[in-house]
Amino acid sequence: MNSRVILVNIFRWVVLLFIQIFLLRNMAFYNLSTPFIYVLFILVLPFHIPNLLLYVIAFITGLTLDSFYDTLGVHTSACIALAFVRILFISVSLNRESIDEPEPSLGNMGFRWFSLYAVLCIFAHHVVLFFLEAFKFTSLTYTLGRTLLSVVFTLFTVLLVEFIFHNRKSA
Amino acid sequence: MRNLWIFLSRYNAFFFFIIFFAVGIILTIRNNSYQRSVTFGSTNEIVGTAYKRLNVIKRYLNLVQVNDSLAAENAALKTQLLGLASIDSTEITKVKDTVNHQQYTLIAAKVFKNSVTLTNNIITINKGAKDGIVKDMAVISPGKGVVGFVQNVSENFATIRPLLNQETAISVVLKKDNAFGSLVWGDNNFDYRKAYVKEIPNHYKVKVGDTIITSGSGGFPRGIEVGKVTNTNLSTGDSFMTLEITLFNNFSTLQFVYVVKDKFAEEVKSLQPEVKNEQ
Repeated sequence: MNSRVILVNIFRWVVLLFIQIFLLRNMAFYNLSTPFIYVLFILVLPFHIPNLLLYVIAFITGLTLDSFYDTLGVHTSACIALAFVRILFISVSLNRESIDEPEPSLGNMGFRWFSLYAVLCIFAHHVVLFFLEAFKFTSLTYTLGRTLLSVVFTLFTVLLVEFIFHNRKSA
Repeated sequence: MRNLWIFLSRYNAFFFFIIFFAVGIILTIRNNSYQRSVTFGSTNEIVGTAYKRLNVIKRYLNLVQVNDSLAAENAALKTQLLGLASIDSTEITKVKDTVNHQQYTLIAAKVFKNSVTLTNNIITINKGAKDGIVKDMAVISPGKGVVGFVQNVSENFATIRPLLNQETAISVVLKKDNAFGSLVWGDNNFDYRKAYVKEIPNHYKVKVGDTIITSGSGGFPRGIEVGKVTNTNLSTGDSFMTLEITLFNNFSTLQFVYVVKDKFAEEVKSLQPEVKNEQ
């Protein structure tokens, strides 16, 4: 069972990063809105994962993406921020003992919980990402605009993927 | 001591966050200066090879446009050749040794990674130190237009800091009256077809449609056409004006570039510190 979870996650990591690097890297709406589908991997990691392991996985994921984006450190920091918000949100909204689902996916947790969870995590990720990329506060509104539009785009793709795969599973 | 340990383990998420986030920020800052060699970037052999493989497909899809541009360039070269052939050689009295005095040679390279959507874009090409590419060489695109400067070089690959990068500035002049300016992509500009020419003194009369060419310093041969002025009414508030120009080359479909090898680059570079000392 445990090895199956690991295999599924490795598979998910490879597929999502492949899509991100070779497809979505070349995609943007007017350079304002860019989807970062790979955050879905960190979002749906199992509930019972230790915090340290979560951070290490997020770090490696960010570092891999950074190598391909030529922005060493930017995605890494963003992923770490996402991991932190994930831990916070789960500990605030759920009781650790009463969790009986394996992972926080749309099919397991329901649309309301998952969408709020995804919005907060993606927002944290994108704020860090775009502000580190701009690395200044002079164009604050522009950077914030990019962040918000990208959050919408990423959220859309994340929910889309979740709907497609989890509906099929339950049916 | 035990209480401290309990405290740390209770809020471990927060402390891990601080540690990992600090590492991330340090990485970012060190990388943002672009001084350090970007070892993790696409000069890396593994990443570079991965991109090379994928680029085979991408190149195939863009074959039509590339063919067209190559054909156009061929035609232009042929026209020049015809012009040379028709010169009456009996009239030339003085023979110029142009072979030994040729200052610039071009190294053709294939682009296999390119981006136009980031704040600081990077291009990776398939030629490296093995092919004689050195840091800070100028890079031009086939046909018209400039690309940028070589940023990092590994054995087989090199990265280029194109014009579409906040740190790139290229010395240019107005073709009409040789007014010097500095070509930059511009803050908050995310359109890869537009760029700005800064620091042109206000007394020059510039019209929409004027051509901008390279000035001949900084590694670029003089006279490469860069773009056309599209807007002259940008207020700067000082005695220099800023022009908005439309670039002749399209960065998003860049497939081949020429790296310009300047024979005298070393010599010019060795002079620079002396000049500084005099001031």
